[in-house]
Amino acid sequence: MAKLTMVKALNLALLQEMERDEDVIVMGEDVGIDGGVFRVTDDLHRKFASRRVIDTPLAEAAIIGVGIGMAMYGLKPVCEIQFSGFAFQCFHQIENHAARYRLRSQGRFKIQMVVRMPYGGGVRALEHHTESEEQFYAAIPGLKMVIPSGPRNARGLLVSAIRDPDPVIFFESKALYHAAKEDVPDEIEAMPLGRAHVVREGRDLTVIAYGAMLRVAKDVADTLAAEDGAEAEVIDLLTISPLDRETIVDSVKKTGRVVVVHEAMRSFGPGAEIVTSIIEGAFLSLEAPPVRVTASDVPFVGFAREKAYIPDAPRLLAAARRTLAF
Amino acid sequence: MPRTSLEPRFQVEHLSVLDAEGRLDAALEPALSADDLKRMYRGMLLGRLLDERMVRLQRQGRIGTFAPIKGQEASQIGSVAALRPTDWMVPSFRETAAMLWRGWPIERMLMFFAGWLEGGQPEPGHNDLPITIPVATQLPHAVGLAYAAQYRGDDVIALVYFGDGATSEGDFHEALNFAGVWHVPVVFLCQNNQWAISVPLKKQTHSRTLAQKALAYGFPGIQVDGNDILAVHAATREAVDRARAGGGPTLIECVTYRLAMHTTADDPTKYRAPEEVAEWERKDPIKRFREYLAKKHLLEDGLDQALEDEIAAAVKRFESMPPPDPLLPFDHVYAVPPAHLVAERQALAAWLAAPTGDGDGTAAEAPSAPPPRSS
Repeated sequence: MAKLTMVKALNLALLQEMERDEDVIVMGEDVGIDGGVFRVTDDLHRKFASRRVIDTPLAEAAIIGVGIGMAMYGLKPVCEIQFSGFAFQCFHQIENHAARYRLRSQGRFKIQMVVRMPYGGGVRALEHHTESEEQFYAAIPGLKMVIPSGPRNARGLLVSAIRDPDPVIFFESKALYHAAKEDVPDEIEAMPLGRAHVVREGRDLTVIAYGAMLRVAKDVADTLAAEDGAEAEVIDLLTISPLDRETIVDSVKKTGRVVVVHEAMRSFGPGAEIVTSIIEGAFLSLEAPPVRVTASDVPFVGFAREKAYIPDAPRLLAAARRTLAF
Repeated sequence: MPRTSLEPRFQVEHLSVLDAEGRLDAALEPALSADDLKRMYRGMLLGRLLDERMVRLQRQGRIGTFAPIKGQEASQIGSVAALRPTDWMVPSFRETAAMLWRGWPIERMLMFFAGWLEGGQPEPGHNDLPITIPVATQLPHAVGLAYAAQYRGDDVIALVYFGDGATSEGDFHEALNFAGVWHVPVVFLCQNNQWAISVPLKKQTHSRTLAQKALAYGFPGIQVDGNDILAVHAATREAVDRARAGGGPTLIECVTYRLAMHTTADDPTKYRAPEEVAEWERKDPIKRFREYLAKKHLLEDGLDQALEDEIAAAVKRFESMPPPDPLLPFDHVYAVPPAHLVAERQALAAWLAAPTGDGDGTAAEAPSAPPPRSS
């Protein structure tokens, strides 16, 4: 057991999976000697050499495209896209091929590939370095879409993503990379994909969050308990797609009230699917309209204005109180 | 600080062995056995005859949109014949002849163009990818296969097909660049058939050749007469041997011509002159090879009819198959279908079994009426 940041925990997952399976290779821009611009692949090139830790030319489509070819041969590439804002240059490879090859070949080919991407705001970064656009991947059948919320689950989920026989888009919150240290077991720990965690139990309200928004949700739950005497149940989704509707619906059946919070934009965002699932599965238990706390439908705002847009504790608290009072 | 020329200086070769008039450059003639030559002719002819049959089937509404290969048989068979079964063949959507050579059953080609998913499934153990439709997106896959083969230390190379239009796509350039940097065993086989639907080559690129694009990526490119099966085969064999020996990638530009329409949904008379088509018909790759084989007394009697019978039997088998299972797609979206997909499958199955009642084909169950409100 060691106290690790999310960056170190992700690095540990890569290191241990590469040690146990020669088919796992890491590739992307600057992932070699530089260790990635956020150091997630730090030192791996020294342990595994450049044929397994590949500094690729600067070309997102080919990073994913050759990764797909490698996967069809039986390798397990872990591709890094330097920032999720650049992934639209490989979006066609992800949608046209990574997500579809199993179906196109009726199971002859599997694309056992992880695409890691830093996402999200709050780090004073320029355009294309702050977006939270998980909804695009979550909307594509054939992909899994995972967003950890802390060092320990980041490690456990990345291990599972690497072992998963289907392509996994793995978003890492830049704001969480160095935010906190957490005990991470030395021995390999795998956490199942597709399962949300109830991180705090409560009977009055369900708050659904993931990634960097989990901290906000937990803070608000603490405030509600201390100041309002209300017990919020907090769900950490961890996997956006496939969505763990069962955990969500079970919780809302119990609480009758729900707030969803995400950094992604509002319209057609993950909250829309989550709320629809609640309406379909727990309509008769609802005591108040489900509420979304999200970024506005503005493509980007620049970090000088960012604070006004990223959901924070005061906004979520206001929404939670409004929902409780309905 | 003078302005100087940098080495190396580049050159692009053009290879022709058997010209449109049937003249042979014996010094360049590839060593092929009588059996090889007969098989290659058979492959070209099967490609041509199936092509004609597919177009008729489409016109009759028995299959969907089809992309004919007519005119490109030498480019396909000459190149694919240089591969071993263990090598990887990565097609685009106009490689019927090459795919049949690799052992794709005719029924499966029919299924593909009739809209069946089953048309995308390679034969068990065959190292072929299925048809890729988005232009040039299959090139990086071939580079990845080649990298993986090299990584595993396997004596395996990859060959990928694409057209002249594909050389304008970013994926073409990215794939060639990766292949050059990584020095992987891959052959890029461009069938330059002069037309990307209605856009002629001169609007696609200002390069004198497509082959020269390889030079910018640090590996050889060669242009060949793509209607000359001997030239295509000689160039491909050289490239395949080089790749296998650790010599890295090659780009081969086969200069050929799409004698028919882009697809059965296209009318080429709208954008190209009949004289141009007639000129290329004179250079027909099958006619040329047939004359070469006739001089060697290698033409088999009754081959056309035998191949027509083979095609007819496959069409009959295809058309007597039970209709496709509408629920099959659900089984192959993920290795293990997640809960929502299981529910959607059940809902569609229930609807198809009885398209009435509470279901609607997607929701697991209809919402039940609310309990009466207490006033």
